[in-house]
This record gives sequence, structure tokens and C-alpha cells, in this order.
Amino acid sequence: MSASELRVMRGREWSRPVRPARREVLSAVPELEEGRPPLLFVPGFGHGAWAFAEHWLGHAASRGFPAYAVSLRGHGGSEPAPEATLRAYAHDVVQVAASLPRQAVLVGHGAGALVVAHALARYPARGAVLVAPVFGGWGVLGAALRRNPAGTLPAVFGGPLRLNRGQLFSRELPDEEARRYVGRLGRAGRRAQWALLGEPEAEPAVGAPPVLVLGSPDDRVVPASTLTRVARRYGSAPLLFPGMGHDLMLDARWAEPIDAILDWLEKEPVAH
Amino acid sequence: MSTSTDHGRPDPEATSPAANSEGRPVSDRGDTVCVIGAGASGLTAIKNLREHGFGVDCYERETGVGGAWNWRHDRSPVYASTHLISSKPFTQFPDFPMPDSWPDYPHHGQVLSYFERYADHFDLRSHIWFGTEVIRVQPVEGDRWDVTTRSTGGYGPERTARYAAVVIANGHNWSPKLPRYEGLEQFRGEIMHASSYKDPAQLRGKRVLVVGAGNTGCDIAVEAAQQASRCWHSTRRGYWYAPKYVLGRPADQVNDTLLALRVPLRVRQWLYHWTLRLTVGDLTRFGLPKPDHRVYETHPIANSQLVYYVGHGAIGPVPDVARFHPYAVELADGREIDPEVVVFATGYLPRFEFLDASVFSDSAGAGRPTLWLNAFTPGHPTLAVAGLLQPDSGLFTLSHWQTVLFARLLQARRDRPERATAFAQRVRERAGERYSGPVKDSSRHWFEVGHADYLRAIQRALVELEGK
Repeated sequence: MSASELRVMRGREWSRPVRPARREVLSAVPELEEGRPPLLFVPGFGHGAWAFAEHWLGHAASRGFPAYAVSLRGHGGSEPAPEATLRAYAHDVVQVAASLPRQAVLVGHGAGALVVAHALARYPARGAVLVAPVFGGWGVLGAALRRNPAGTLPAVFGGPLRLNRGQLFSRELPDEEARRYVGRLGRAGRRAQWALLGEPEAEPAVGAPPVLVLGSPDDRVVPASTLTRVARRYGSAPLLFPGMGHDLMLDARWAEPIDAILDWLEKEPVAH
Repeated sequence: MSTSTDHGRPDPEATSPAANSEGRPVSDRGDTVCVIGAGASGLTAIKNLREHGFGVDCYERETGVGGAWNWRHDRSPVYASTHLISSKPFTQFPDFPMPDSWPDYPHHGQVLSYFERYADHFDLRSHIWFGTEVIRVQPVEGDRWDVTTRSTGGYGPERTARYAAVVIANGHNWSPKLPRYEGLEQFRGEIMHASSYKDPAQLRGKRVLVVGAGNTGCDIAVEAAQQASRCWHSTRRGYWYAPKYVLGRPADQVNDTLLALRVPLRVRQWLYHWTLRLTVGDLTRFGLPKPDHRVYETHPIANSQLVYYVGHGAIGPVPDVARFHPYAVELADGREIDPEVVVFATGYLPRFEFLDASVFSDSAGAGRPTLWLNAFTPGHPTLAVAGLLQPDSGLFTLSHWQTVLFARLLQARRDRPERATAFAQRVRERAGERYSGPVKDSSRHWFEVGHADYLRAIQRALVELEGK
């Protein structure tokens, strides 16, 4: 990162700090402390920490990584926050990351990956993983309108964004489970939803963390071209899991991506 | 992320046979950087140097981190009730926020726990030698430094290690500055400097004179107002006592709203005077002297309670002390008062007792080096001072960016030497620059900086160092 992109002056953030909100943090920690870096999972819009508590938290802990998941304000068990902004979400992530005992790896899913990208400018993470990242822009809106016009259109006017089963999961996931998950979805603040349209550019990360991007070529929310573009921004190529839906942490073959993430962390020098 | 020098300890027996000018063995620590002190500035120096890939040895004379903010340390100036005077957003490190659950103005105990968490979170303790004091820092050829240490208190042998660079973060609030007064030796009452004031119990039921209107002096006067049987507060001049909250928000956040909009100083001064007029009004009616300067021209005093207790008659404002008599204190206006305890909240002076005064071209040895950005020394490109600032805001953010700049300078020395040379040239040209509006000069105010002016200067220095 060059110095011209470093932001030293943050007048607005100093003079108008984000208002605190009660946050839900779920966790699963290994029985034996192995000195591995903690993972902090950040769900995308509409999802809460529960989405990771379902499979990934326990799996990461079973492989020796202390795992935490936060519900962004207004989601899951966190405090309601209809006027939440992207900046408030990033604040939530940095707050939780800084409260962990050691330097954390941030794992963001969907729009949560965008929140992580913003948080990386305010917290020197040990590493970052962007899972099926939704970085906004008209392309993503177009895809969503095509697949699910009734669920997407209200969001343009400040209403809730309603994702459906077809967008989130592959056919392999049993119907009953899929219905249960879709039923638990909430909504993000409208200002945060609108922010997605503007394709908000994240500041460069501090502390030069290694970044892994992964997703599915069959994701109905994030086009494969977006995956490639995001990965290129961080100087790599995306890791692909064909046949899976957007919610890689809930879909039938949820173990494959999390194992790939943990393998990557073990190989990267960051894990030691 | 790791380097070969990570957990190594300088061990004269095990390493190279180099020797210094006195023929004593020196262990060569290669590219490792030495950080002196593990207080706020030292910790962020370790963290940022490590983040930029450098090995670090930090020497800390005490047995814990936190420096001045650790009340267990014998050089710590904090007292039981010390609270921050800048609100959280201005105080925390920019990349490690204080918890949302903390108040706007945290207590010093919380600040210490913040540093302890910072040290653990970024695994800094393994780079710190606790209980080790630095007794000599000498420049040697190749812009390297010989650092001689021994156990705190003078026990054990001296050891010398050679470093590629040195960050001095020894703090500036530990060496008390005591004014001289005629007859002070004959005074029969108790005299203490604010550095040895720890607890309001020391004042309970006594007649107390507090000298000095810095933030500490005002805090102690307020405590004396609650505990002592009588309290006088002696100030040399009139000051602006800023409330900690205005317009329903922490005052510094309101001020920075204006700074962010780049409202000119004159306008901000006018607004400030106007706000004070609306809240506490004219202070001279309480007997406080009229300020002889405009606001923002001295270090700001943030204390909502001082004026409150003056208004309740619990604090008697008095002018400067003229001389001491055995059982009385004569004031500049001829009045005599009879305190049992005199607390001098007259500040501290920076000291670099381990460094030859010639390094800082500070021939008078007054602890007043001529630096650029209060950090960089002409002629010594691998030496930086961190935290030698008296900001109108929190210090830690400023120390953070100072050490980021230094880490990037060291990177440039390695990768793009021509840029480092240009930087050294700028250090020579601009040493002594000030980063605040007009400031009343005293030994306290020479390193006074406005946080916005200073951080903008750091940002420019970063951009100039690395180019577009």
C-alpha cells in the first residue's frame, strides 16, 4: 500500500464515533489451546452468527482454531439497528476482533466480505478470507433482479432484501433444511443496502494481511467474474467449489470450503 | 512473518567478537531495532516495526507494560482518580479501538488494561526485556547504535548490543519540574510534587495549597475541594477551563467537527469563547484571573469540575506564590495564607539521561532537542523519538503514526536509499518546525502540538517519503 492511500486524518470518525450497539458473538473454542490464531466469521446481510454456528464454528474448533462469529447490528441476536450503515457494521467487526485474545483472521461471507474489507483498513488482521464476496455494484443488482425480482425490487426502495432458496443453496440441500435457513433470514439496514449500489471502495488493508478469496462458479448471487475481480484486487485467483450455492457455510457440502480455508491458514505463515 | 532474530536475546558470549571503542564486547543484533521503553509509544513502536518486518528488542526498566499509565511503576505520575482528558476516539490507537462498553473518558486503570491487551493481542511481550534499563546509547559508524543496558537499579553486569536503529520512547512525564521559591527550605509544612500525589487521603482534613493550573493541578484542586478542610489554587495566569462536554457531546469531538471542516483558528476561538460564555460565563467574578491569551494558545485544560467547586467556594483561587515563610505562604498580591500541605503540580521535563547531549545538538542538556516532526534528528537517520509531544488531544494516535513513518523510513533505507536520503535532507531543513498555532512559550509548551496540524504533517511526510 502506498502512503498516498494511507489515511491518517479521520476527522469525521473522531468527531462522530459510531454509536455502540449490543452485539451477539457465538463461539466454539478447541479444548486444547494450540496457539492458532482465532477466526472471526462475519455473516452477510440478512444472516446472523447462527449461519456459522450451524457447521463452521464447530468444525474450525475441532481442527484447533478458536472460532467466533458476530451478528452485525440489526441481525441475529444483536441489537436492532434499522439505520445501520456500512461503517457501523465495520465498527462492529473491528470491536469484536480487538476484543479477542490474539490477532484474528477475519472471514467474511457475502456482503460480510465487504464489511471485512472495510474493517481491514481499521484493524491489522492476521489474514482475511472473503467467501462469495458481494462487493456491490449494478452487476450484482442485475443478477439478483433477474433471479428474484420480487425479493430484490423492494430493497431498491429501502424495503427488505428477500433472498430465496434458489439463490442461496444448491439442489443437494434437503428442502426442509433450506426452508429452515431461509426462514431465519433477517434484513440489513436500508442505508447499508443502498451503499451496496454505490460499490463502496474499501481503503487498503493495514498490516498487509494475506487474503484468500473463495466462492462457487454456480453461485446465483455472485457472478464468477466478480469473484475473479475481487481476487485480483488482492493479488490472487479465487478458489472455486463448483456445484455449491451462495451460502457455502450452510449448503450440503459445507465441509469442503471450511477445510480449504483451514488448510490455507495452516500453510500460510500466519498460523504460526 | 518471523525473522531469524525473533526471540533471540543479545548475548555477548554467543555472538560476534565486535568490540566498541572501550574494548568491551558488543553483540551485533544485525537489522534488529532497539526500542527504549514499553509504555504507550514504545508498545506501538514494537507493533509497527514488527508489522513492517523488523526484529525488535525493547528494554523496559519496570516489570510491566504501560509506562506512565501503570500505577505500579515508581515513575508513574498517575493518581487514584486520573481519567483521560481526551475522549476515546482521540485516545485509542487508530487500529485497535477501546471497547464500546467503556465510558467516553476512561479511567487510568482501564488505559493500563488497554495497553496490556494491546501487548497480548499483538504478542509484543516476547520482544520486551523487563527490568532492564538503558544506561548508554552511542552512535557508531554506519548509522548504527551501541545500546548498553543493565538490570534496573544498577545490579548485574552491563551489556552492550549493536542495533540498526533506535526508537527512544522513554516518556516525558516522570522527571518532576520544581520551581524555585525564596524561603522554600524554611517552610515547615509538607511539600510534595504532583508525581508523589496518589490518593485524596493524603489531603483529607488538611489545609492545602495546589500550585499549577495544568490538568493535574486542576484535578488535584478538585479533589482537595472535596477532601481537604481548605483549598487554595495558585495559578500564574488566567486559563480557559474547558468543560468535558459541550452541546451534549465530548468537547473534543465537537472541536474536531470544526477542524474537519477546516474552520479557521480565529473562528474556532470565537466560537469557543462564545460557548464558554454561555456555560460558565465570566470567570473573573469568582476571582479567577482573566486569561492573558486566546484559547488554543496553551495546552487545553479539560475540567468541568474546577469552576463548579470555585463557584461553591470550595476552591479559593489565588495568584502566584511570591515566597515561603516557615508557617505561611506569601502570595504575589501580598496576601498570606497558611497551608499545611503544598502540592506542586508544576509539570515534568523530558530527560534523555542515557544519550550524549551532542546527539540532539542540545548543548545545554536541557532535554530540549531540535527535531523534525518532534521525532527525527538531523544527522542521525536511524534514530527516532516517539511520543515527545504534548498534543491538544490523545497522544497514542500520534505515536502510532510516528512509528509507522519511522518503520517505512527504515524500509526505504533498505529498498530505495535515494528516498531515505531525501528524507534525511528534509529532516535537516525542517528541524524545529512547530505544529500548532501561536503558543505561549514555557518549558512545557515547546513540544505542544495541535493534533490536526501534526497528523497532516505526518501524512505529508509519508507521502513525500513514498511518492505517489
